[in-house]
Formats: sequence, structure tokens, C-alpha cells
Amino acid sequence: MTDRSTDAADMSHVADASDRTVRRGRAQRVAFGIAGAVFSVVLLIWTLLPVYNMLLIALDDEGDEFNGNLLPENPSLGSFRAVWNQDHWYLEHFWHQFGNSIFLGLATMVLTVIIGSLASFAIGRMRLRRGRLIGDVALLTYILPTSILIIPYTHIMHVYGLADSLWAVIAAYVAFATPYAILILHQYGKLLPMEFDECARIDGASPVQIYLRIYLPLMTPALAAVGVYALLLAWNDYHYQFMLLSTTRNMTVAAAIDQFFDSDEAPWNYMMAVALVYCLPPIAIYYGLRRFASFERMRS
Amino acid sequence: MSSVQQVLPLESPIHAGGARRPRGYFHLQGSDTAWAIAFVIPYAAVFAAFIAYPVLFGLWLGSRPAIYPVLFSDPHYIDTVVNTLLFIGIGVNVKMFLAFLISGYFMRRDWWRRTLLVVFLLPWALPALSAFLSMHYMLVSQWGLLDTLWSTVTGTDGPLFLVSRSTAMASNIVAYIWKWLPFWTLIFLSARMAIPREIYEAAAIDGASALQQTVHVTFPLMANVYLVSTLLSTVWTLGDFPTVYFVTSGAPARSTNVLATYSFHQTFTYARPELGAAAMISALPLVIPVVILLIRRLHRSGVQL
Repeated sequence: MTDRSTDAADMSHVADASDRTVRRGRAQRVAFGIAGAVFSVVLLIWTLLPVYNMLLIALDDEGDEFNGNLLPENPSLGSFRAVWNQDHWYLEHFWHQFGNSIFLGLATMVLTVIIGSLASFAIGRMRLRRGRLIGDVALLTYILPTSILIIPYTHIMHVYGLADSLWAVIAAYVAFATPYAILILHQYGKLLPMEFDECARIDGASPVQIYLRIYLPLMTPALAAVGVYALLLAWNDYHYQFMLLSTTRNMTVAAAIDQFFDSDEAPWNYMMAVALVYCLPPIAIYYGLRRFASFERMRS
Repeated sequence: MSSVQQVLPLESPIHAGGARRPRGYFHLQGSDTAWAIAFVIPYAAVFAAFIAYPVLFGLWLGSRPAIYPVLFSDPHYIDTVVNTLLFIGIGVNVKMFLAFLISGYFMRRDWWRRTLLVVFLLPWALPALSAFLSMHYMLVSQWGLLDTLWSTVTGTDGPLFLVSRSTAMASNIVAYIWKWLPFWTLIFLSARMAIPREIYEAAAIDGASALQQTVHVTFPLMANVYLVSTLLSTVWTLGDFPTVYFVTSGAPARSTNVLATYSFHQTFTYARPELGAAAMISALPLVIPVVILLIRRLHRSGVQL
């Protein structure tokens, strides 16, 4: 890695002519290399320290105190086993709650894709008059920080009869995810020639047929991206889950972890084990996705 | 930000350059208009029920003028405003500048940097809940990981981060930067990749140094993305709840709350929802100008809808 250096040092050989500049360039390159290596190590420690801390606590068998060690003393998988077997009163419904989390994510994903694609089809392909307005509203909703709505939400969910219901959380996330979905689908839809729709129209296809047979199949990559966005939004947020869900059986994992946090005698190692397990699905999705839909390939 | 939105910028609307609208489309006729409206109805219904109504209800909650003197005379509220400004002012700007620098580092695609980038993205992939819980337990006592590291390296007792307001607030800001740095680095990385290499080659032939290239080529070309990102992040960070809620929980003595956690506690801990709503509404003088500026910028830079 030391002989690699920045773009500029690499490029500067274009202009280099004399021997002395070459030698100076080499010294500079070594210096850049060392700086780069130090920087990489710092970045690595910076990134991994909190993750390591989770592991450290989760692998500790005694959950009620810190032992002040940098390495786990007698590392054990006991806390993960406890989570797996639901071996503590805080973990009683762990798998049920995990199922709730998955249901929440999938329902948000499906509804966001359906509602977002219908709206973006109407404003982008059918050229609904004043469709622009919907786009502006979506943009405004996307910009606003959604968490400021939490106070009214707890009230309106009572009005709607959705108190302590997963559907309340799903509705919230769908409302937050569709603006982004509409923006993205609209942008992507512009890349598809309108002639497809026009030909189908001339052949007598109805708008519903065009939507189902032409629009949806051609939009698959964008729909997938939007769907994953909605899924991760639902999984990675916890604010609405712990505010809107109150009974342990209706809770998701995210809401349940907050119970640990609120309690003084909750075993930290179990909590960290749950937190780690909860990280696995999004990590798998992010890194799985990077392989075939990474941003650099989307651009090329 | 609400952590909610910063999830997956596969194709961020921030710099999505708009393709031109194809011309010569035909206008909707009778039944088609009805269909188009029917297609929009689900979104309109969701928007009305779960965005518009809560917004109006929140404004109504905080609409009694008599509540504001009560709010402004609360010393915790003053602390909160100062904290929020520090949190946004330092957190967002340091994060953006670091993201700009680090994105430059990741421009070279050798195997080592590719691997590092994959690891570097981890904070962004982790649920905020797990990450900030871990941060909390790193800081909370003298046996936390950070203090242990400190005493191992220096041989003295580490600082108790959550005991003084300044170190606690600094912990919040560092935790926030840790979580969101990768996201914005990716945004800037893709903005950098959109700059044609020929410009750098031309600059190098003219004898521009690396620093000169950054200052005179990269930065002007990325200025718009940088500005839009900073504004967007400013608005989102105002709603950021999990960082402070988990990392310091307002400790010591409710002195490190930001507006999001303050209004949460007013509403749910002290059962004063009108104060909670009023606290959020009191941020509108900051939010509205930023949102207007942002929407203008987004429209001008090619997000067309």
C-alpha cells in the first residue's frame, strides 16, 4: 500500500521531467503512503470500536457489571443462547417479536411499492394535471424530519382506533417512505420512452393494463430499490415502534430493546446480544445489495 | 434527521439530474383522468391521514400563545436550544467536511481501500438503536470500554464522560458523526465520480498540485451537492432523536437534551404535550428558511417533478 498514493502524486508524473523532481516525487509518495496507512488504521478503529464493544458485552457471562477488560474474560455464547431459547423474562416473546419486526418490514415494503408506483404512474406516465403538485408535496414530506410527528401520532392513532397496533406503525412508515419512492420512481420512469405506453394505447390497452403489463415489469430495478429502502426504514427506525406499541406481544424487537434500556436491572449482555442479532438482517441486506445494485454500478 | 430517511441513497434525489420531459404526449381524456385520479387516491389518502392531519394537529396543540412564556422561562429549554444549535452546527458541519475529505480518500479503488470502504459503511448499516446503545455503555461508567482504553494507554483514570455537560454533549456529537459519516461520504463519493477525469488531467498538465486541484476543481464542481446535503442534513438533524436519547439520555441532570428529546420528555414524561409541541414549533423560524432555500436549490439543480 505504501507505493500507492493519491491521484495527484500519481498524475504528477505527467508533468515531471527532470530526475530531481522524480526523486522528490518518490519521497513524497512514500510520505503519502505512510499517511494513508495511518489514516486507514484510525478509520478502522473509529468504525469498529462501538461494534467491538457490543461483542465484548454480549460475550461476557455476567450481565450486571462491567469488568473493565479490553478483551472478554472467559468469552461465552451464553447470552446468545439465552436469546435463542428466550431464557429471561425480558426475552419471553423474542421470536414472536422478531416475527413482528419482519412483518412490519415486509408490509411497509409492499404497501410503499404499491402506493408509490401507482402515484408515480399517474403523475409521470398518465400526466395527471397538477401532478407536479403531488411531486412537490412528496419532496416537502421527504425533507421534513419525520420524528417531529411523534407527538401528534400517539393521539391520532387513538382516533383511528390503531392504538397498540402494528398497523399504526406500518401506516406511519408507509407515509414516510412513499415520498421518496415517488421521487425515485418518477426519476427512473423518465428513462422509459413514452412510446411504449402510446403503442399500447393505440392497441387498445387500458391504463390498468399498461400499469400492470408495461410499467411494473420495466420498472423492476427501481421498484426493488424502493422496496428495500422501505424495508430498511421500517427495520432501522425504532422511535415509532416503541411509542406506538405498548404490549409485549405486539411489540417488535426494537420496541422490546427499549424496555431493557429503561430498566435498571436488565442484563446488559442479553440486551447487547439482542442488539447484535437485530443488526444482522440489515447488514445482510446492505452488503448483499452492494454486490449487484451498488451505487457505482447504478451510475454506469 | 430523522434517522428514518437516511436509509438507502441508492439513487439520491439530491443530485438526480432530470432527464427532459419528452414532448408531444397526448392529453388525458374522460375516463383516463378518472383512472389517473384513482391511482393517486391511495397516496393522497395516506398523506392526508398520516402526514397532513398529524401536522395540523401538532400545530393546533402548540397554538395557544399563553404556552410560550411558560416554555421560554424553563431553564431546561434554554439549555436545550443551545445544545440543539451546537449539535447541528458542529455535528452537521464537521460531518460534512470529514465526509468530503474521506470521499476523496476512497476515490482510488485499490483492493485495500475497497475493503476499508466496506467496513467503513458498517455504522450506516447498523440500526441506530443498537449502535447508540453500545455507545452509551462505552461511556457510562469508569469501566466502560473508552475509560478502560484510556487507563490502559495513559495509566490514569479516564474522564467520566456523562458527568460533565461539555463532555456529554461532545459524546453526542461524536456519536452522531460516527453514525452518519458513511452515508454522506457515499453521497460525496458518487458526486466525485461524476466529475470527468479529463478535468483533473488538464489541471495536472497545467501543473496544479493535489491541493490546488481539490480547491479549484473538485470543490467548485461539488459546491452544489455540498450545500444541498448540508441543508438537508441540517433539517433532518433537527429531528434527530435516537442519538441523544440513547447516548447520554440527557445526562447529566437533563442538561444535554436537544429539541427532539426535550419535546419527547415534556410530552410523555411530564405529560405536557402542548409544551412538547410548542418546543418543536419554536424551531420553525430556523426550519422554514432552510426548507425554502433547499426546495429552490433542488428545483434549480434538476430535480424536476
